Amino acid sequence: MDVLLGAVVQAVRLLLSGDREVLRVTALSLQVSLTATALSLLVGVPLGTWLALARFPGRRLFLGLVNTGMGMPPVVAGLLITVLLWRSGPLGQLRLLYTPTAIVIAQFVIAAPEVTGLTVAAMQQLNPRLRLQILALGATRWQLLGLLVRETRLPLLAAVMAGFGAVISEVGASMMVGGNIPGQTRVLTTATVLETSKGNFDLALALGLLLLALIYVVNLTLTWVQQRERPL
Amino acid sequence: MLSRVLRGLRAPPTSLAPRAAPLANLDQAQRAVGHDQQQPGRHNVAGRPAAQDGAQHAAPLHHAALLDLRDVVVRRGDRTILDVPALAVWPREVLVVVGANGAGKSTLLQVMALLLAPDMGEVRFRGEVVDARRDPVAVRRRMAVVFQEPLLFDTSVFENVASGLRLRGVARAAVRARVETWLDRLGIAALAGRAARTLSAGEARRASLARALVLEPELLLLDEPFSALDYPTRQALLAELPPLLASARTTAVLVTHDPIEAQAFATRAMALQAGRVVAAGAVRDVLVAAGLAPPL
Repeated sequence: MDVLLGAVVQAVRLLLSGDREVLRVTALSLQVSLTATALSLLVGVPLGTWLALARFPGRRLFLGLVNTGMGMPPVVAGLLITVLLWRSGPLGQLRLLYTPTAIVIAQFVIAAPEVTGLTVAAMQQLNPRLRLQILALGATRWQLLGLLVRETRLPLLAAVMAGFGAVISEVGASMMVGGNIPGQTRVLTTATVLETSKGNFDLALALGLLLLALIYVVNLTLTWVQQRERPL
Repeated sequence: MLSRVLRGLRAPPTSLAPRAAPLANLDQAQRAVGHDQQQPGRHNVAGRPAAQDGAQHAAPLHHAALLDLRDVVVRRGDRTILDVPALAVWPREVLVVVGANGAGKSTLLQVMALLLAPDMGEVRFRGEVVDARRDPVAVRRRMAVVFQEPLLFDTSVFENVASGLRLRGVARAAVRARVETWLDRLGIAALAGRAARTLSAGEARRASLARALVLEPELLLLDEPFSALDYPTRQALLAELPPLLASARTTAVLVTHDPIEAQAFATRAMALQAGRVVAAGAVRDVLVAAGLAPPL
């Protein structure tokens, strides 16, 4: 209990003191995870909508792959991206390994199946005749997509929260592709692991609490958006 | 083909025999569904216009029809679920399509609404061929459809009724004025701010009707709109809807299996059975032929 209390005090002290390293680590965590989540939304929502509504040979196989991706271990995702990006790999010439961009790519690989799979589930919950009604109202294809997304906004926002939560809290992929380089690729999760391995439990706990607080603030914002303006 | 029509019909009562010509002849049944009906208000039992010299009018004036279906066939696998050689819908008429469950009524409505492309045949709207496969948004925006379920969006009643207007890019002020007008006409102005998901069945049906009528469509298609309502609610709407359609001069096609709804405001009728037209003409005669009303 004393250790926990000490961690809380240290977390507050770290934030209030404006510790540059802590601020940098926190900012980088937010930057890469929000970018990865946004990219997975851009890809996952249209892809999930298409998978839910379209009929084509191999659709179930494709859906199976998406659902498998939802359970992909982050360290495996990190390993795959590392193999692609290291100097002798197919994308080695891009020199992205051990950069924040590599972390974004790895986190996108983790979050995109999550967002896609939850979008498929959300779209399939809709009344199948709703699509006909929207077309009958005179919607273009893009308007149809927009209205379907609006009708599934609650579960889609839940998908966003799930995707964000999955990537900001993962450590394996970030460690493998980022290298935990101070000032460059160190994020809250990798910093927590490092401080724990050094025996600095107070600092590790403080960083962990900071991470929890960050996740709570982001999800609180998304929850407010999800629940607002819903007439009763 | 003639034998199929005869098998699909019940033998009309003797008193109706002289007027039952369209029921015994597929060509006449097809013509009675509208192809040489030039003046809906003057149709006889067969749906053919009264001619002074008694001659049949063989040449249909397709350009006068609002909607025109020719040789439309819809199949699901090996099964033909709709086979309509000829069907026309005329301006300002209310055509009712009756038939038992599974007769193909909803499929026919979806073809008319350009939501389902037939496997064969063509659909013309005001003389122009329209292909549902090519996403004919411009023509769909001249129609409105009310399905069996209200299918309201998860938003307020006002936003539901306004949704079609917003899709068309109507200015905000005009949207407000038109929505408020139709909410008032359907008696649900007080529910404008309510969430659609909290409405009763009758209120939701009124909201879905308002959503369609606010578009001032050239053609209104209704797929069993009152089937899920209790008797008092249904009776109230059956009394209110005909004057609304008449004042808006809206052409309508109503799909139903209920004879009371059919007789409430239809000007012409056709009966479907196993996807085929088995009777057409005056409402009462078609209901009798389809076994939905006792003979007089």
